[in-house]
Amino acid sequence: MHIPDGFLNTATTGVAWVASAGGLGYATHRLRHEMEEGEAPLMGITAAFIFAAQMMNVTVAGGTSGHLLGAALATLLLGPWGGMVAIAAVLAVQALIFQDGGLIALGPNILNLAVVGVLVAWGVQRAVLRLMQGRAHAQSVAAFVSAWFSVMVAALFASIELGLSGASPWGLVIPAMEGVHAVIGVVEGLITVAVLAFVRAARPDLVHGIAAPLQISVEQERS
Amino acid sequence: MKQIPRRVWLIGLVVALAVTILSPLASSHPDGLERVAEDQGFIGRALDPFYEIIPDYLLPGISNEAISTILAGMIGVLLVAGVVYLLARLTHARPAA
Repeated sequence: MHIPDGFLNTATTGVAWVASAGGLGYATHRLRHEMEEGEAPLMGITAAFIFAAQMMNVTVAGGTSGHLLGAALATLLLGPWGGMVAIAAVLAVQALIFQDGGLIALGPNILNLAVVGVLVAWGVQRAVLRLMQGRAHAQSVAAFVSAWFSVMVAALFASIELGLSGASPWGLVIPAMEGVHAVIGVVEGLITVAVLAFVRAARPDLVHGIAAPLQISVEQERS
Repeated sequence: MKQIPRRVWLIGLVVALAVTILSPLASSHPDGLERVAEDQGFIGRALDPFYEIIPDYLLPGISNEAISTILAGMIGVLLVAGVVYLLARLTHARPAA
């Protein structure tokens, strides 16, 4: 869903740059206070894995492909602020070195995929984990549902920007983008659940939101 | 505290590099946005890049497309890992305001 240069007009691009800079600035501010010692390698590896996974386009429907966005996965492993910075860095390297996504459109792409994608994933994960508290598979359900919604809302933002830019009217571009990304979102969900299962089997402490409840239960047993 | 042993993140790096080996198998169909842009006739608005370093995930100068893609992917994996690691270190090192 990387927007190339030329699709968006100047006003829309400018607003998106300001919004993405604000989002990243806030994320960096929170990270500075909340990042734990020793988390830097995990951030680097998670971002590198998402970069690699984004190269793996899979055919989702006749003549259309999709690839992992990674916002939900990054949020599960790094939390929202680390996840936002990691996805934004992936997008920056893709635009600067690989000419994937426009340079001018980097602001809008960071807004849609890093800032909005991660915030949606984070919100949905919190909501699902609260609703399913303690139930089996809560983490996997949260991973799948948050991955799907993050793709759908990122696609909605891209559609809104395309409509504002006069590329295509909202009445056409929103349903088309949501339709194709509803399928791509399922792939996103499946990959996110699979990678989460792998990480959880190897190192359950690396998953945000699963380590904390485990610690609480251990403390309760002690007292 | 998340002290992650070197072994663990080396495994992560190897997994990411291994994914790039599969990248020549990736679907070459247009993605969701490109599909919509083609269908709705605004794909032509796209501008050519201002410059090209590793366009289309193909490392220039290598005739074998699969190897060119894999090498491009591996360069990207190492670059992203390094950039994000340094960003994270810098962010953390900065004293609290």
